[in-house]
Amino acid sequence: MADAASLPDASGGTTPAPAGHPAGGDSGGGILAWLTSPERRGPLLVAPAIIVLFVMNIFPLLWSFGLSFFNYRANRQTEPDFVGFRNFERVLTDDDVWERFQTTALIVGSSVLLQLIIGFLLALLFARQFPMRRILMMLVLTPMMLSFVSVGVFFKLYYEPTFGLVSYVVNVFTDTPFALLSTAEGALAGIIIADAWMWSPFVMLLVLAGLVSVPKYLYEAAEIDRASPWRRFSTITFPYIKSLLLLAVLFRTIETFKIFDIIYIITNGGPGTATESIAVNIYRVAFQNFRTSQSAALGYIILFIVIVLTNLYLYSVNRRQQETI
Amino acid sequence: MARRHDIGQAGWGQSVLAFAVGIVYFFPVLWIILTAFKTRPDALATPPKLFFTPTLDNFRAVFFRQSSTGGGGEATDFVLYFFNSIFIAGTAVLLAVIIGTLAAYAFSRHPLRGNDTYLFIILTTRMMPPIIVIIPIFLMFRVTGLAGGYWGILLLYTAFNIPFSIWLVKSFFDELNPEIEDAARMDGATDWRVFFGVCLPQVVAGLAATFVFGLILTWNEFLFALLLTGVETRTVPVAMARTLGGNVGADYGLLAAIVTLFLIPIFFVTFLLQNQLLRGVTFGTVKK
Repeated sequence: MADAASLPDASGGTTPAPAGHPAGGDSGGGILAWLTSPERRGPLLVAPAIIVLFVMNIFPLLWSFGLSFFNYRANRQTEPDFVGFRNFERVLTDDDVWERFQTTALIVGSSVLLQLIIGFLLALLFARQFPMRRILMMLVLTPMMLSFVSVGVFFKLYYEPTFGLVSYVVNVFTDTPFALLSTAEGALAGIIIADAWMWSPFVMLLVLAGLVSVPKYLYEAAEIDRASPWRRFSTITFPYIKSLLLLAVLFRTIETFKIFDIIYIITNGGPGTATESIAVNIYRVAFQNFRTSQSAALGYIILFIVIVLTNLYLYSVNRRQQETI
Repeated sequence: MARRHDIGQAGWGQSVLAFAVGIVYFFPVLWIILTAFKTRPDALATPPKLFFTPTLDNFRAVFFRQSSTGGGGEATDFVLYFFNSIFIAGTAVLLAVIIGTLAAYAFSRHPLRGNDTYLFIILTTRMMPPIIVIIPIFLMFRVTGLAGGYWGILLLYTAFNIPFSIWLVKSFFDELNPEIEDAARMDGATDWRVFFGVCLPQVVAGLAATFVFGLILTWNEFLFALLLTGVETRTVPVAMARTLGGNVGADYGLLAAIVTLFLIPIFFVTFLLQNQLLRGVTFGTVKK
């Protein structure tokens, strides 16, 4: 505010406001002058973003919140009736829902852990200069650019028992037929591998950003002190990438928590409901069973979890910023 | 700037390892690309074929429906779908970057009361699972007639990219040296000129990063596109899923050709802006 206030005449040349009307306050200088006065510059610039976000995100979100207190089905003409917290009650006491949460937690935990390990190793590999580094890094980044649909479809093909690539390789070593997606554990593993493959490059980019920011003189000093590689890693490298790793964990956790497309395509939640994540469950409840309100209630429980995670995420971003300043 | 590129040289061992790992990691994508050049029997051969006689039939089939008599056949709608994907994702991300930049500048230079609260709410809208809002949006689009048209999906994708754009671009504005702006003002530059002539040129790299990252995320969006696009506005991911159709006898060669073609634009945009992506991915939290 301070810098805007110190420049009361700055807007004079920027707007077609009639001359002689110093833009400011409640003078009757026409609506344009009123709008473009320095005090309103902030709100004016933010307005388009807020309007779009309100119409497309916040309003539907509130609508959805309202729906969760009614008994409403999107495919029926009947009037929705108010049921209070009953949808939340029903969702929270439903054993199936808890099972979906466990499935989601298992997928999130394993996939994010795998992404961290693979992404970290990839970053170590790419932290130095070598011939063709730029193009090789592009190759590693490509999975991120594929759509979930294509990753889903082709991983499903790779896992296919008779002509799948993975099954073929496994069959070279074992004689038993390999049908990964037919068992609950196998199907989960199949999804986790596909997801981790797709998003490890993202973690790599984050870790790489940290690795590259380590000042070189620290390593030189360590060399003079004859520090062991492990000591060099734990006292120099790790402190620099620690908060970025946390950032990676949180961001990937929030994203993986919403995992939908890839499951929808590879297993559609099966076999049975073994791989049905919360998001897939909401989709099924909303668009196959048409229990619109119940799905909204379930959605809000997820939103709550995501808000908690977002807070953690912001906390780590802030800390990172303080460290680098 | 110098420090960023001042990374050590790898030994030949690491170079070879990096080369091998790069190829292995890329292999599933490579296989898709190879499949695009295979005939149907080759694509589903057991054991899988690494060497085969390449054919362009799949690429032809993406754009022309094969008739049983072997003639050229009529054109499919894939040109339209590719146009839709490029037009919708490109326009929406560009709009989001423009709107986001204006807001980011305000949040950075003219803070409102409760600035951080606004920023938090804005970020939350990005983090929330899209599945929560899909029912109201579905109903909203049906009531307003936005479903199936360009406007609805464009606005929706714009909205989804705004939070990220604001956060990222703001971090770039925050880093600028305010003294340069003050000096420009002393010389009589208007706010308008300070914004366009002084601030914007300094954050061009940041805008590029925002654009490429938003594009990667929007390019492949499936759920909303599935529910909200019509015949005229269908995007490639949706068309791809429809090509898949029933599980029996999916034409993998055709799908692979679509995936390959669809990968090319985003790959080149990313390649051109590769150095900026490193910053984009950290939400601008890594200093130069």
